[in-house]
Amino acid sequence: MSGPSNYQPKSAFGKWMHERLPIMELVQGQALDFPTPKNLNYWWTFGGILAVMLVAQLITGIVLAMHYTPHVSMAFDSVEHIMRDVNSGWLLRYLHSNGASMFFIAVYVHIFRGMYYGSYKAPREVLWMIGVLIYLVMMATAFMGYVLPWGQMSFWGAKVITNLFSAIPFVGESVTTWLWGGYSVDNPTLNRFFSLHYLLPFVLAGLVGLHIWALHVPGNGNPTGVNVKGAQDTVPFHPYYTMKDAFAIVAFLILFSAFTFFSPNYLGHAINYLPANPLATPAHIVPEWYYLPFYAILRAIPDKLGGVVAMFGSILILFFLPWLDTSRVRSGTYRPIFKQFFWVFAIVCVALGYLGSKPAEGAYVFWSRILTAYYFIHFIVILPLLGLLESPKPLPPSISDAVLAKKKPLAPAE
Amino acid sequence: MSTAVYADVNRRDFLFIATGAVATVGAALTAWPFISQMNPDASVLALATIEVDLAPIAEGQEITLKWRGNPVFIRHRTAKEIELAKAVKIEELIDTDARNANVKDGDPATDENRVVGGKEGFLVMMGVCTHLGCVPIGNEGDYGVVEGNAKSGGWFCPCHGSMYDTAGRVRKGPAPENLFVPKYEYLTDTRIRIG
Repeated sequence: MSGPSNYQPKSAFGKWMHERLPIMELVQGQALDFPTPKNLNYWWTFGGILAVMLVAQLITGIVLAMHYTPHVSMAFDSVEHIMRDVNSGWLLRYLHSNGASMFFIAVYVHIFRGMYYGSYKAPREVLWMIGVLIYLVMMATAFMGYVLPWGQMSFWGAKVITNLFSAIPFVGESVTTWLWGGYSVDNPTLNRFFSLHYLLPFVLAGLVGLHIWALHVPGNGNPTGVNVKGAQDTVPFHPYYTMKDAFAIVAFLILFSAFTFFSPNYLGHAINYLPANPLATPAHIVPEWYYLPFYAILRAIPDKLGGVVAMFGSILILFFLPWLDTSRVRSGTYRPIFKQFFWVFAIVCVALGYLGSKPAEGAYVFWSRILTAYYFIHFIVILPLLGLLESPKPLPPSISDAVLAKKKPLAPAE
Repeated sequence: MSTAVYADVNRRDFLFIATGAVATVGAALTAWPFISQMNPDASVLALATIEVDLAPIAEGQEITLKWRGNPVFIRHRTAKEIELAKAVKIEELIDTDARNANVKDGDPATDENRVVGGKEGFLVMMGVCTHLGCVPIGNEGDYGVVEGNAKSGGWFCPCHGSMYDTAGRVRKGPAPENLFVPKYEYLTDTRIRIG
């Protein structure tokens, strides 16, 4: 993993260290000099944005844990205590709760970027699969975090989601009892969720390390999908992409701040400011916005086990995406028909999110079923067939050719 | 290599496999307390029974109690609700199992099998939707007794739209099973012990 670095320690201490732990060589090879395609657009900055968001969530979360009490009789009050009494507590909590949403906005952009530009294709299948795993762990972490304030939506969200496991044949009931540590979501559940909510972000950090490792073996993809052919196609990561990423991060932080300071509860639910009541379910329970498409899929199937299988299947199918897409052309830019199906798929995902926020009745259920079917058809039918039937546009001979062709707007048309 | 060497290798193989087996069993045994600590603890198990006086519950009234962290519905059913539940044929039900801890496993979900001791008036069951655990709302849904604008009996789950009839049997929606009837017994004519 020393990369392309020709690191030579300059100081005496540097030499001494290099013989014992060559960490500076690693930093220079993997973070500073790392050859990166010179044509990355702003969609590629979301990896860096995600790294920043993970760190932001870790820092705000660790300080919130200094003031929070994971007990059913005190959890709700301790969150209000953070909001009213703790110095800057309101800010830290709003940063953390809105930060979760921002994290998901960034991860969805990152995933769809990968889908459009075929970032999952050989030799980056393992990189993609680690990414899917990161997404799964993120969802588990966010779910357990949402339970901690112990409001009505926290409680009933926890109950409904943990009850998904009761759909498992034969052992379902024992599994849910084991997850709860009782016969219902109660104090033992809250305690373990707090423990795991603290643990999982560090698991995430480890997975992100693997994700970057797997990225640095083949190197970055790029918008043309054409492999790097030589030094003329790349620039060193620093300063070119450290600066580009930094600019995007600042722009993203403006959006984050806009939510945090001007509408901190816009993405939440008012009913979660009511303490949890195990004897009454709110009339309309919905998960946080980032789960809504999967919630719509769950409710679209009129069978308990079927709904749960479809919901988990809709995420697990992403693991197989590298083999479901049969096209050898990576980038959607050169696949005219795929490009249209990609946008249809993106709209279907957003529409499923809308349907997930609506009550499960009438036309909402009907459309949930149609779009759920389309979601799976996209992966199982459209992608495999498109790769065989579609004729892609000619690929540029190299990244440099593609960049130079773009820079000549005055060149006569062919 | 000589035969003697082979004999040595075999003995070493045995030791190698035996050591590995001991390590594997040891690891599994060590993992056990870490897994079983998540199951209900002694204090949770201790809250196993409650006693309820049914006398103050008027006909058509329903109370909700908390037992083992979950709501229990006790409904004093009206004659019309019982009549409606009895008129339903077993074949019309989604779940034909009584789901009653007080009758034999697999007994049919007749109205008689949903109560205890032939006391048809009192329906005692867990207020936990068998789909994903929400608390159904009473006197709602399409399977209660309708008189003018008033509905009595029947339950509707607000989460995913399951509906239960006047005997707490699932009739519509994603819930797979009837509302569970917990183990309970009559101590006197109007007093029960749940659990």
